[in-house]
Amino acid sequence: MDVAAIVTAILARQAVRDPATLRPGMRLDDLGIDSLGRVEVVFAIEEQFDLSVPFNANTPDAGGFDLTSVGSVIAAVEALLGEGRG
Amino acid sequence: MRRVVITGMGTVNALGQDAGTTMAALAAGRPAIAPLEIRDAARLSIRIGAGVRDWNADARFSPAELSLYDRATQFALTAGAEAMAGAGLGRAATPDIRAGVVLGTAGGGLQSAEESYRTVFEAGRDRVHPFTVPRLMHNAATSALSIRWGLGGPSFTVATACASSNHAIGLAFQMVRAGAADLMLAGGADAMLSFAGIKAWEGLRVLSPDGCRPFCATRNGMVMGEGAAVFVLEARDRALARGAGILAEIAGFGMTSDAADMVLPNPEGAAAAMRAALDDAGLSPRDIGHINAHGTGTAANDRSEASAIHAVFGEGPPVTATKSLHGHCIGAAGAVELVACILALRDGVIAPVAGHVAADPDIGLDLVTGHARKAGVGALLSNAFAFGGLNAVLALRQG
Repeated sequence: MDVAAIVTAILARQAVRDPATLRPGMRLDDLGIDSLGRVEVVFAIEEQFDLSVPFNANTPDAGGFDLTSVGSVIAAVEALLGEGRG
Repeated sequence: MRRVVITGMGTVNALGQDAGTTMAALAAGRPAIAPLEIRDAARLSIRIGAGVRDWNADARFSPAELSLYDRATQFALTAGAEAMAGAGLGRAATPDIRAGVVLGTAGGGLQSAEESYRTVFEAGRDRVHPFTVPRLMHNAATSALSIRWGLGGPSFTVATACASSNHAIGLAFQMVRAGAADLMLAGGADAMLSFAGIKAWEGLRVLSPDGCRPFCATRNGMVMGEGAAVFVLEARDRALARGAGILAEIAGFGMTSDAADMVLPNPEGAAAAMRAALDDAGLSPRDIGHINAHGTGTAANDRSEASAIHAVFGEGPPVTATKSLHGHCIGAAGAVELVACILALRDGVIAPVAGHVAADPDIGLDLVTGHARKAGVGALLSNAFAFGGLNAVLALRQG
């Protein structure tokens, strides 16, 4: 499973952009993914990977799931998947 | 107290997706009742309704907006945009605390609630769409309009079942008249044509399997519709000062409660609401040239309403019941019917009751049937009587 490609596709759909234009260093803020958009991204990731993402919109930084950039989201999903397998 | 006029209108309903198309269909007496095309329709015992066909939400809203807007909110925003454009108004640069929104709804975001229940109960999943709450809350459409147009004043939603819209319009009227606001968007929105929505109504055994024939001897129930209608209400002096076109004047509003039965109507409560609207407007029964009846096509409502009209008016003026054309839009009913009222006041065209086959000797009203009737209507009443015995009647006159 190409986690990076799937996460990139989710973020691209939320940002209404071509996935090929996204780079790991791009920030979700700059992609126009606001707080509501982030909640939708978390939902899509949970659905796609059958995961439970530790994310509370009241304390977005507390769960350790880093929604700052394309790369940080990919890394966070990979980490959760790794825990699941471990 | 200030006089209050309507300077803009918009609607989405089974007859049309704007006011002009709707008025043309009303004048032509063309019913929009058809076989339902919804999920699990084969499991319904009632399979007709007045649905909004070919609704292209993707063309009207962005994906981000659609994730937040239930079908009812989509209808309300579309109707609201038409009303604001018709009134020659745009978005306030900063929220205008002298302008607000009051909408009526019975089901709110019912289809969003239904979808979430399907997800957890039917599909057995453990998560639902993250915006289920902002989609299904009853104030969703009201808030969406407030946000869209920068209306920063009093805004709220009224839920009084089938009288919701008339209560909403009446309260907005009172606020402008009393000076609590200068401009209000008012109306209603509902989208209950879904499997669960219709199943619930089926349970009451009040739906017709073959058509809505209000006041007809052969009537056998209501037919559900869906849609929204939104109006711009503003102080008459302000409307005149800015050169706005005036569609009609809201002259008065009357509301009563039967305080009797949860589902059976009471003619005395209905008659009291009509008298209250007349008194509030400073009109006498002989000033009223037309009544847009609640006229659901159920045995009980139509008999009770006819009795109430006779109690207030004697023989009474020409009556129509346009639910026979656009179905019963539930929380949006009074608002969609206000479009027909404006057609009568502004254009002198009373839309007909469709499907009338035979006079019921218990009714005895001057029903407009078959074809529209040309009539100079100086003032009229629009009735709405809800389950729970809540009655709301608007009095309007030519603007």
